[in-house]
Amino acid sequence: MTDANPPAPSRIALKGVRKSFGPKHVLRGVDLDVAKGESMVIIGGSGTGKSVTLKCVLGIIEPDAGEILINGARATARNREALLSRFGMLFQGGALFDSMLVWENVAFRMRHGAHRRPRAEAREIAIEKLRRVGLTPETADLFPAELSGGMQKRVGLARAIATDPEIIFFDEPTTGLDPIMAGVINELIRELVTEIGATAMTITHDMTSVRAIADRVAMIHEGEIRWQGAVGELDATEDPYVSQFIHGRAEGPIAAIR
Amino acid sequence: MIVLTSVAAFLAAIGATALGLCRATGALTLFALSGASHIFRPPWYPAEFARQFLRIGYFSLPVVGMTALFTGGALALQIYSGGARFNAESVVPSIVAIGMVRELGPVLGGLMVAGRVSASVAAELGTMRVTEQIDALTTLSTNPMKYLVAPRLLAATIAMPILAFVGDVIGIMGGFLVGVTRLNFAPSAYIRNTEQYLTGDDIVSGLIKAAAFGFIIALMGCYQGYNSGRGAQGVGAATTNAVVSASILILAANYILTEALFSS
Repeated sequence: MTDANPPAPSRIALKGVRKSFGPKHVLRGVDLDVAKGESMVIIGGSGTGKSVTLKCVLGIIEPDAGEILINGARATARNREALLSRFGMLFQGGALFDSMLVWENVAFRMRHGAHRRPRAEAREIAIEKLRRVGLTPETADLFPAELSGGMQKRVGLARAIATDPEIIFFDEPTTGLDPIMAGVINELIRELVTEIGATAMTITHDMTSVRAIADRVAMIHEGEIRWQGAVGELDATEDPYVSQFIHGRAEGPIAAIR
Repeated sequence: MIVLTSVAAFLAAIGATALGLCRATGALTLFALSGASHIFRPPWYPAEFARQFLRIGYFSLPVVGMTALFTGGALALQIYSGGARFNAESVVPSIVAIGMVRELGPVLGGLMVAGRVSASVAAELGTMRVTEQIDALTTLSTNPMKYLVAPRLLAATIAMPILAFVGDVIGIMGGFLVGVTRLNFAPSAYIRNTEQYLTGDDIVSGLIKAAAFGFIIALMGCYQGYNSGRGAQGVGAATTNAVVSASILILAANYILTEALFSS
């Protein structure tokens, strides 16, 4: 995959997106294209604007300037609704609804959306999705608080893929997990994205994740896309920022104290 | 020069406070209008409404009942001793009834429910905000204003008049118990006297007040929780602000509504 223009319009495109919170300029003109069916991973240190980028695409945060295009059309409330109807997201902390049982979390969209399904059917699909992420049917009737962190992540993953979305966002999917569980989640994400054929956008600072999940990688630094390219080009690049980041060096152009 | 800058700083501080107040009032008004408008627009979430109605209404019954019972009793004693000064002990039943129904039932009930419900709604929504559950709703094609805020506003607005009515009855009964056991009223005379002087208008206006208080209670809980700051401290502040602002707004609204309902 190269930087040449794709034949179809990008699934998601950001053009010069800027966002400030008071005097703090978080995004200073982000340009990014994600093609259909591609797994894009955005890397960057903490506080460089990864999450804000994601939230701008979702419409949770309104950018100050710039454009966000969805399937080539400018994002409005209406086509954002269409985007979200075929959408799944895994949140950093899981963001499971703690007042609901595990299966009700997974089946939320099937129980509340426009295409409501009967309870028994929704439950069955939820249990199937739980099995897909490696959880037994017994977990379905527990509350999220009764599960370990790794299991909560899996439930979040099951909820994200419950209605076979076209676009999936992963917000720091391996944060707070032990290395083995992180490996399991990475592998699951890669499998699921390929299996569903979804367009995926992941933000992370875990390089193991990047290598396991990404087709393409973009590095964000100080609110701008510093570098982007195929995952295979990552190690060959001479960009000092990328090289410092992927090798986790304390010395380099990126200040260690932020 | 130093005097000038300190005067300017002083004026700037006043200006910043005033602007902040305007901003907060505007944000709250927009939030209230948006939340209320979602009550009337589909999709609706009846299961969510039922849960909130049970939580806000049914589980507040003990608190409101106890408040009304003791207030009714104390009111009877106070009015008796006050009335005795000009040989008007016989007004106890009617004044207890009117006082409970028009003022104390809705206001004290409202304040008690504000403490209970505003706090728990603010803490719940605040925690959902902090743990990104509110954002998660958006990503699941569910508008949090519709799913979280509208059902709570509606539930509290309907539940509060019912609670106030129950409180009215229990409060009058509190007065009755004290009147009969401690103040030597004949039970039948007490009831007849209550009935004679209490009008439908008294009751209805009290219930209208209660509905307004219910809306305020849920609104402040939702608003503070929805806009909660980060972490445990943010949620704590949201909870405190919800109870304090709901209580003050209830008392202010009570004066305005009393003026509007009774002055005519």
